[in-house]
Amino acid sequence: MDRLLNVITVFSALLIGLVLGSVRRAHIRPEYSVSWLLAAFVLLALSRWRALQDWIAAALGLNDAALVLLIMAGAVFVLVLFRFSLIISNLKDSNVALMQRVAILEFHLTNLDEKNKAAAGN
Amino acid sequence: MNRVEKLLILIPAFNEEGAVGSVVREVREVIPDVPILVLDDCSEDGTRHAAQQAGADVLPMPYHLGLGGCVQAGYKLAFELGYEYVIRVDGDGQHDPRYIPKILETLEREKCEMVIGSRFMNGGGEHSGFLRGVGIVFFRAMLRPILGKTVHDPTSGFVGVNRTALALFSKSFPLEYPEIEALVVLQRKRFRFVEVPCKMRPRRTGRTTITALRSLYYPIHVLLGVFVNILKFEGRRK
Repeated sequence: MDRLLNVITVFSALLIGLVLGSVRRAHIRPEYSVSWLLAAFVLLALSRWRALQDWIAAALGLNDAALVLLIMAGAVFVLVLFRFSLIISNLKDSNVALMQRVAILEFHLTNLDEKNKAAAGN
Repeated sequence: MNRVEKLLILIPAFNEEGAVGSVVREVREVIPDVPILVLDDCSEDGTRHAAQQAGADVLPMPYHLGLGGCVQAGYKLAFELGYEYVIRVDGDGQHDPRYIPKILETLEREKCEMVIGSRFMNGGGEHSGFLRGVGIVFFRAMLRPILGKTVHDPTSGFVGVNRTALALFSKSFPLEYPEIEALVVLQRKRFRFVEVPCKMRPRRTGRTTITALRSLYYPIHVLLGVFVNILKFEGRRK
């Protein structure tokens, strides 16, 4: 059990380091790093705070603290993934609208260009 | 504005170099002065050139958007340019342009928001495959209680819309496999559609986008899309 907790502690610390490093190198925008940092800190707190594990286990009616940790880790990451699905969906909508606008503007520009050429020819 | 000036023909095309030119010419034969806009969904072949050579204007997508995104771009442009009616004819040659006047007349006469060219009215439907036929029967049965009437050919892309539907579709239109979902979008606004019998032809060149694998995914996607559109909160997509 202690080994599992230690592994989760190390994993959480690595995740925090990885996210902060990525933010510093501008690979992740700060607003999108918040979910990952929050998830990593929640896992870190859960893995180190035995009283919290016991309280959640009692609330869920479970005897096994390891199971509590796995359930909580799963729940945290499902929430993070859900948030990113929302973000990706919004980005896709924005991208499609943007590409449609680019296509329409290109159409207008081409027409304008042809009209100008015709006017210059006359 | 005369009758033809109020109408725009949209031809969505993706890698239809071999067919799109003749589709444009056929439309011109039926209605000589009608403006034709080919929606080139970032084709990798000479679709754009073939369409321009045949005398159509081309709206070129900078990236492949899929049928719904591509058609919606055309609806947006048509709405901005002030067209009253838009009729969509597929770029693969399956839709016979001789039915365009019939669709336009029905739009004007019935004052409905959409007219669907249906291959299954009056006992037609000879050019739909077995799987598509099964799918159409399934979706027809599913849509009946949602729409409150039978739609004989819910997957037909041979459709005409008026300016009211154009305004709606410019804002909200399904991105993939749009035909069935678009009917639900219309129904949510209490808009009316009418079907007119049309004969469809086999595609001239190219391949259908609904491959064997996608034909499994298609009903799941469409079912989800229909369900989502029934529950949709009209606030997110701009």
